[in-house]
Amino acid sequence: MKYSTTLNVNGIDYPVEIEAERSLLSVVRTEIGLTGPKEGCDDSECGACMMLLDGKAVNSCSYLALQAQGHKITTIEGLSEGDDLHPLQANFLEQGGVQCGFCTPGMLISASALLQANPSPTEDEVRIALSGNLCRCTGYDGIVKAVLITAGELAAQGA
Amino acid sequence: MASSGTRTLVRGRIGELVLRPDGVPKVTGAFQFASDLSREGMAWGVTVRSPHAHARIAAIDVSEAAALHGVLAVLTHADVPGRKTYGMEHHDQPVLAWDEVRYEGEPVVIVAAVDLETARLAAARVRVHYEELPVVTWDDGIVLRHVPIRHGDQEVSAEVVVSGTYEVGMQDQAFLGPESGLAIPAEDGGIDLHVATQWLHVDQEQVAASTGLTLEQTRLHLAGVGGAFGGREDVSMQIHASLLALRSGRPVKMVYTREESFYGHVHRHPARMRYEHGATRDGRLVYVKADVLLDGGAYASSSPAVVSNAATFAVGPYRVESATIDATVTLTNNPPCGAMRGFGAVQVAFAHEAQMDRLAAALGIDPVDLRIANALTTGDRMITGQLVEGPAPVAELLERLRAMPLPPDTAMLPSDQRDLPGGLANVTHGEGVRRGVGYAIGFKNIGFSEGFDDYATARVRVSLVDGAPRVEVHTAACEVGQGLVTVLAQIARTELEIADVVVLQADTLVGSAGSTSASRQTWMTGGAVRLACEAVRARLHELSPERHVEETAEHHHRPTVPLDPVTGQGDSVVALAFAAHRAVADVDCELGLVRVVEIATSQDVGRIINPIQCEGQIQGGIAQGLGLAVMEEIQLGAGRIRNASFTDYLIPTVLDMPTVRLDILETPHPLAPYGLNGVGEPPTIASTPAVVAALRDASGIALARVPVRPEDLTTSSSSVSSS
Ligand code: FES
Ligand code: FES
Repeated sequence: MKYSTTLNVNGIDYPVEIEAERSLLSVVRTEIGLTGPKEGCDDSECGACMMLLDGKAVNSCSYLALQAQGHKITTIEGLSEGDDLHPLQANFLEQGGVQCGFCTPGMLISASALLQANPSPTEDEVRIALSGNLCRCTGYDGIVKAVLITAGELAAQGA
Repeated sequence: MASSGTRTLVRGRIGELVLRPDGVPKVTGAFQFASDLSREGMAWGVTVRSPHAHARIAAIDVSEAAALHGVLAVLTHADVPGRKTYGMEHHDQPVLAWDEVRYEGEPVVIVAAVDLETARLAAARVRVHYEELPVVTWDDGIVLRHVPIRHGDQEVSAEVVVSGTYEVGMQDQAFLGPESGLAIPAEDGGIDLHVATQWLHVDQEQVAASTGLTLEQTRLHLAGVGGAFGGREDVSMQIHASLLALRSGRPVKMVYTREESFYGHVHRHPARMRYEHGATRDGRLVYVKADVLLDGGAYASSSPAVVSNAATFAVGPYRVESATIDATVTLTNNPPCGAMRGFGAVQVAFAHEAQMDRLAAALGIDPVDLRIANALTTGDRMITGQLVEGPAPVAELLERLRAMPLPPDTAMLPSDQRDLPGGLANVTHGEGVRRGVGYAIGFKNIGFSEGFDDYATARVRVSLVDGAPRVEVHTAACEVGQGLVTVLAQIARTELEIADVVVLQADTLVGSAGSTSASRQTWMTGGAVRLACEAVRARLHELSPERHVEETAEHHHRPTVPLDPVTGQGDSVVALAFAAHRAVADVDCELGLVRVVEIATSQDVGRIINPIQCEGQIQGGIAQGLGLAVMEEIQLGAGRIRNASFTDYLIPTVLDMPTVRLDILETPHPLAPYGLNGVGEPPTIASTPAVVAALRDASGIALARVPVRPEDLTTSSSSVSSS
């Protein structure tokens, strides 16, 4: 049996007809057609599927789509504004935080949730915040540096 | 264009800090991985796999599945129109099993349906009647290849002898983007297959042979690849999706689940090794004897090449007068094993480096000094008798590594709980924690060996676009995350002095580039791009708004020969690459918990083509070496995988990964374009033994097996004997 609902993704309302057991990840990827969030495990282990739900990072593979109704959902596609990269995105590239890129959407979502909650994290805090996101390619060094540099830049701009 | 007189060099040449051209789509979510593809009217394919490690197939009944509404095709072995088996070197693996299944997870039936849910439902309704057969594992495998090496005097003796047995568990590549692809039936009766792979042309040959299509009708296109590390060199869903698309007349997409991915690709061979080293009392290596047994699992895959590497690199990068090596790979009912980063060299490095430490202890010599005293160098002979002609800076790498500063000993004065083994689990406050330091060095061949005609093709076209020159680089070389697309563009800019370079999506419409493996692509396809650019450059005067200039070139590396089947002698490898590692680790000896504090490395890369990507390969390769040292193993019981998930198969997280201290050496390789060398694999070879050496140093326990588990480190369970 299908239910009608509306999901607000990256500021746009999408009406969808979905079964109760569908995950947010599957609905966003196949019904709404935003394939930025990835499925790496479908088991809350890899973080490739992360989205922001009212600014908090969630594993969308393990979150029922129907529960997301009435919340503001942000996917990687909603991180930058227009053609300008979010500073996190630019720094991920400049620090070598991206190789195959499969982990990248989830990493960026986790990192942006961290910086929203804690604009000047320590390296340990960055590592803890990203510990639910697996990366098999980079060894994480470029990713951690990118987040720390972004925090520094944002602080300098705010100052 | 390039004329005489002063000129400004274009930016983005080799050696410069150039960002990857696919980077922006990757950070915005626009980049299309194979699993993101879709087409109008697309159907979904699902695989029915054997639940048994070894069984006879008595009957297959697909009637219930086929009758389900929305099912488009249900295929068995009887529906494979062409060659019913596939394989990279030996075509020994059934496309779909018929009389027998030989490993758990072997594909038996494939299903296509209008959507994924229906396809899964139909797959669950396929009835296969199995009669279980005895499961063959380690001890009674069938020999697939035995590589003996008899080097020097076989009747030698030595003043000091150390021996040991070592084991390496089965590691998984665990690339983050599971196997996936989309097969689209074409008007000419052929197929366009968009797939995440490492080697388009070897897939093309296998898809064509089994579908019965011609090579021209079998067009492969590289789709976005979510990591590879050797695990995509063998065919997974390529033939299946193509068969389903041809049968249903619809585009068919297949994406493996994470669990399925553990069954869907080959793994790193587990190894059992027995070693004996003999030396003079003053520390000169006299002989090495080694028996290396690799479990190849159910099918051949690239096992013959892996066992050849295990033999060739069995003693490590050392000069030794006499070597007696027997490396064997067997067929069993375990999951098939094949290529993974550092293949063959990784397994033996764990053993030869443990042996060097043992020998140093027996001699009372510093382990780094012992290695330096026996270091292989240019002009020496390897145990295969091959002269080392290229750079072999073994001693220099070790000296440089040793000279790097050690991290401060925070465990002595814990300031932060997170810096202790067990971290925030709060299991120790520093009591029982001991620090250890370990060194290791390893080496490996770059490019394909043993007589394989290894080459790559590149097509380069220059045309005028709005009056400005643009270069298009077209190859079949697979970008898998390492950044090949960046370096190919850098090479074209360097050669042609044209800033605007586009690297086209790789496909089989141009000649083979060979595999993205064996650390070979920058060397081989980079070399082909350089040659094609040189040919284009000679004709640039022909360029006009109406006329482009295009050239295609092949780059072959110098020929090699197979190892002699009796003596194991022969010039089997093209080039060698070396990396040394030092690990510092804190061990809670009561609980067996480990915190690797730092890994330092010195690696000779020949020449840095792209600094960020070069460092990225080293960092990422070390992470995988750390994983094998302390966490990663596919656990098997009677041929069955017991941990096919990221909950149970753990790979390093950002909390497990220590700081990596890098020292990159550039010794130009005389055979390679620009003097470069392969970078991707050396970081995974000695990082594992270095970490384990640090754990031995901290714990005093012999640690003869990787991955090291907490129970191996608690003093109470210390049972491994040191000889
Ligand atoms: S796909 Fe959701 S955590 Fe892996
Ligand atoms: S870049 Fe490949 S998994 Fe992170």
